[in-house]
Amino acid sequence: MNLNKRLRSQAEVPTSSMADIAFLLIVFFMLTAVFATTEGLQFQFPEDDPTQLDIQPEESIHIKILGQNDYVVDRSPMTDVELNNYIRAKLPQNPEKPVIIQTKAEVPYFAMVDVFDLLKYLKVRNISIPTKTEVERWEAFGIFE
Amino acid sequence: MNKRYGVHSIAPTVPTASMADIAFLLIIFFMLTTSFSLDRTTVALPQSEIRTEVSKDAAIIAITADGEIKFTDGERPSFSLDAAQEVGLLTQEITGFIPEKEFLIKADRLVRYEQIDAVLEQLRLNGAQRIGLLTDKETSRNSQ
Repeated sequence: MNLNKRLRSQAEVPTSSMADIAFLLIVFFMLTAVFATTEGLQFQFPEDDPTQLDIQPEESIHIKILGQNDYVVDRSPMTDVELNNYIRAKLPQNPEKPVIIQTKAEVPYFAMVDVFDLLKYLKVRNISIPTKTEVERWEAFGIFE
Repeated sequence: MNKRYGVHSIAPTVPTASMADIAFLLIIFFMLTTSFSLDRTTVALPQSEIRTEVSKDAAIIAITADGEIKFTDGERPSFSLDAAQEVGLLTQEITGFIPEKEFLIKADRLVRYEQIDAVLEQLRLNGAQRIGLLTDKETSRNSQ
């Protein structure tokens, strides 16, 4: 009964534009991809309690940052290498020794990050970064000069 | 000169059959690696050797080299702020619900420290506990 001898074209899904769509998507994702920075230096603020001062001046190391590679540590001027040696000498006696980083207002941010990074590298556990009002409060208590 | 052997010459073609496979592979790669960053501010981050992974849904405070402050709570895209004091109000809103929320400072390396200090102060006064300073990878610390 095969009377109808006409050639029938096979039914198929048109796929010729698939590559175009694929490349469009590639270009879209390439352009929108942002390699987000998800790493950094972390720290925690202590509980805010104005009545309690848990850091005693003689127990802690006080680093005052005056500029890049220009610090005053426990009242004596130091450079990067000297600071490194100073902390290394102090830390074995008391690994929980608090280290206070005080940065002058006009100093660029990276100078402070350099010191913070150095302290983290030396595995200082107790790093304190007081903000302006805390510094003022501590100065009032005579801890800072 | 193939006439002698009766062989048909074949037109040279570049094989393109695997093109779609390669394309889809790339699509899948970019789909999986793309993370839609809520803060797209471009800053030159300071460098540090020690870096730890920070939480993905953290609030980000971006400070550009010319002092502009941008804020995102980790859910909405970042928007500009006029003053560091506004960071305080926004922080208070967030810490009221999520006290453990991490706040990231994404500041340009040349920003004056007083700006960082002002932002840190606002964070501290408004109940932020976990703070992170975003940094770029530094090449190895030399001879220390």
